Amino acid sequence: MAILECTDVTMSYEGVNVFEHLSFSLERGDYLCILGENGSGKSTLMKGLLGLLKPSSGEIKYSDGLVKSEIGYLPQQSPVQRDFPASVYEVVLSGTLNRKGLSPFYGRRERKLADDNLKRLSITHLKNSCYRDLSGGQQQRVLLARALCATKSLLLLDEPVTGLDPVVSAEFYGLISELNHDDKITVIMVSHDVKQSVAAATHILHLENKTCFFGMVDEYKKSSISDQFMNK
Amino acid sequence: MEYSISEMMSFTFMQRAMIVGVPVALCAALLGVSLILKRYSMIGDGLSHVGFGALALAAAMNLAPLHVAIPVVIISAFFLLRISQNSKINGDGAIAIVSSSALAIGIVVTSLTGGLNTDLYSYLFGSILALSKEDVILSLILCAIVLFLYIFFYHKIFSVTFDENFSLATGTNAKAYNMVIALLTALTVVLGMQIMGTLLISSLIIFPGLTAMRVFKSYRSVVLSAAVQSVICVVVGLVLSFYMETASGATIVCVNLACFILFSIVGAIKRR
Repeated sequence: MAILECTDVTMSYEGVNVFEHLSFSLERGDYLCILGENGSGKSTLMKGLLGLLKPSSGEIKYSDGLVKSEIGYLPQQSPVQRDFPASVYEVVLSGTLNRKGLSPFYGRRERKLADDNLKRLSITHLKNSCYRDLSGGQQQRVLLARALCATKSLLLLDEPVTGLDPVVSAEFYGLISELNHDDKITVIMVSHDVKQSVAAATHILHLENKTCFFGMVDEYKKSSISDQFMNK
Repeated sequence: MEYSISEMMSFTFMQRAMIVGVPVALCAALLGVSLILKRYSMIGDGLSHVGFGALALAAAMNLAPLHVAIPVVIISAFFLLRISQNSKINGDGAIAIVSSSALAIGIVVTSLTGGLNTDLYSYLFGSILALSKEDVILSLILCAIVLFLYIFFYHKIFSVTFDENFSLATGTNAKAYNMVIALLTALTVVLGMQIMGTLLISSLIIFPGLTAMRVFKSYRSVVLSAAVQSVICVVVGLVLSFYMETASGATIVCVNLACFILFSIVGAIKRR
């Protein structure tokens, strides 16, 4: 059964249609990369998937028992976060917030979850460090740990390696693939990096000039849309 | 020294100033941390000017000042927050327009109805003499509400401040919590205006948080340090203003400034 279904979705930004009639669906455990040039609507689609923007027509539907509070999201870093005084533990723990409803304090279950995810991403030693003093790669790991606290099944990432050096980027991509393989977490990633996407993903969604390609990676490699894009 | 500390505290106006000043300082510091980090530092300033306009109108119409100022400032807080979130309008510019207009309207109304009287003067620069018994009771109740809501929503306010989109995407109602922050800020500003004055209340909100951030690195330690420091600065400031016969608001700000410089030096030494 599909975990996510987009049916004939058109989204607009400030009155202009960014893309039209987009339909695709994902199964549990899929790894989708969303490609496309700047302005092709990748971020708008991401906002739609997150429920921050409503499609102007069509429907975006999560199913298979997934509710909105179970989405894990790794945003592009905002300037606010770069000088935010917060310990790593505080940031990671805040990912569990959606699990506890109105209760004002974190319980043992939330703390355990946060500890587990720190361990999973091997950043337990950074637990009490200040978030803003970390390197870019470490910061992304912290945000990933937070996202994992929020979800067991679906991870959305918005250009997660922007600003990271190649070695750290590769490490980070490895981590995502591991989560996808070992924990069967469905991954949706907006990316600039075509080569990496084709190597790691199971599905590709390519947005360009209001049209789009959606399919398995192999089909994408054969398609004409990838030729222009990959040879650049 | 003409008076001992115990003699000073036997004056009703000093007791009232302390009773109002300490909880207001606490609320202002707590909210300030969030406002600074959300880049909303100027909202406090804008709101206080709106508060002044409301007070001038209240005085002209012979109404109780706080009864007019509190609702007007709360409404403006929601309004300013909406503007700041709307990417089409420049938030900074909007706040500047709203705050200077409100101040201007206040002053025009006052001049039309008989010039700056002492009440309005004390609202501009702050006075510990102006507090009535009713003000004190109202302030205590509102501060209790602000503190309760802040503690109850502490973790959610952290999450919304750190990353609004993440909170929204994972199902936290970030907009509602922004409204909570705006409401609490509005209440704090109106209450603080009496002691600090319109022109200086925003410093009560901004200084403690910024000072704490010089030295402390986790959100909780910043919040706690801001709260403690803010209360100490207000108490010291009030005592100094009593002995030196200076305006209370300005004295408190000077103490805050001294504290900021001290923390900056400590922070610089720690980083080396």
